[in-house]
Amino acid sequence: MADWKEDAYLDAKNLACSMPIVKLKKAIDGLQSGQILKMEATDPGSIPDVKAWSDRTGHPVLSAEQQGKVFVFYLKHS
Amino acid sequence: MTEKPKRLAIIASKGTLDMAYVPLLLSTAATAMGMEAGIFFTFYGMNIIRKDRQNKLFVATVGNPAMPMPVPNILGMLPGMTSMGTMMMKSMMKKANVATIGELLQVARETGVRLICCTMTMGAFGVKEEDIIDGVEFGGAAMFLSYAADAEISLFV
Repeated sequence: MADWKEDAYLDAKNLACSMPIVKLKKAIDGLQSGQILKMEATDPGSIPDVKAWSDRTGHPVLSAEQQGKVFVFYLKHS
Repeated sequence: MTEKPKRLAIIASKGTLDMAYVPLLLSTAATAMGMEAGIFFTFYGMNIIRKDRQNKLFVATVGNPAMPMPVPNILGMLPGMTSMGTMMMKSMMKKANVATIGELLQVARETGVRLICCTMTMGAFGVKEEDIIDGVEFGGAAMFLSYAADAEISLFV
C-alpha cells in the first residue's frame, strides 16, 4: 500500500478510454503544485495510459498498483 | 510545460459508428495530454457532426467480416441487419463503459479540440452551416493542410 496522503481523489472507475485521462487532466488542473491526487480506475489500459499521460504532461506518478480489478494511482502536480 | 505543444491532425472521412469513435477518442486523449488536436470532417465523416445524423450512425454489416454476428457474413445484406449490428455495437460499447459519440463530441468541444467541417463536402451534399452542430469551424483543404503542416501526428480515418 502506498502511504501518500492525497489532497484530492478522482474516481475514474467504470470509465473507458479516453475518459479516465480526460478526467485526470481536469482533476490535476484543479490542484496546485506539489499537491497529490489519488485516482482509481478500472480501464484495462490504465497503467500504460496514465504513465504515458504523466510522461507527456510532466506530472509524476508516485505509485501505480493493481488492487483486484482496480488500478490505484498517486500522482503529484508538478 | 514550456515547449510548444505537440499537435494531432485527423481526417475523419467515414460515417459509420465505429469510424466515428476513432478520431473522437484519440483527439480527446490528445487534449487531456496537453496536446493540440483537430479533426477535419469530410465526405461521410461529416455525418458525425450533422445535427440530424450524429445520433444515427450505423455499423456496416455488409463486407465487414470482422463483425461478431451470430450469422454468416453474407446475411449482413438482409433488411434489419444494419440496425441489429449497430444495436450490438452500442451495447458492447455501453458494457465496456465507453462514452457515446454525443458525449465525446461534448468533451472534444469543452477541451478545445478543433472541429473543422469540410465546406466542399457541404456543397456537394447540400448541407448548410445550420445543419451542423455548434462549435464547428468551416474550411477547405487548404485550412486543414495549414493546420496539419504543424502537426507531429497526422491520421486518416
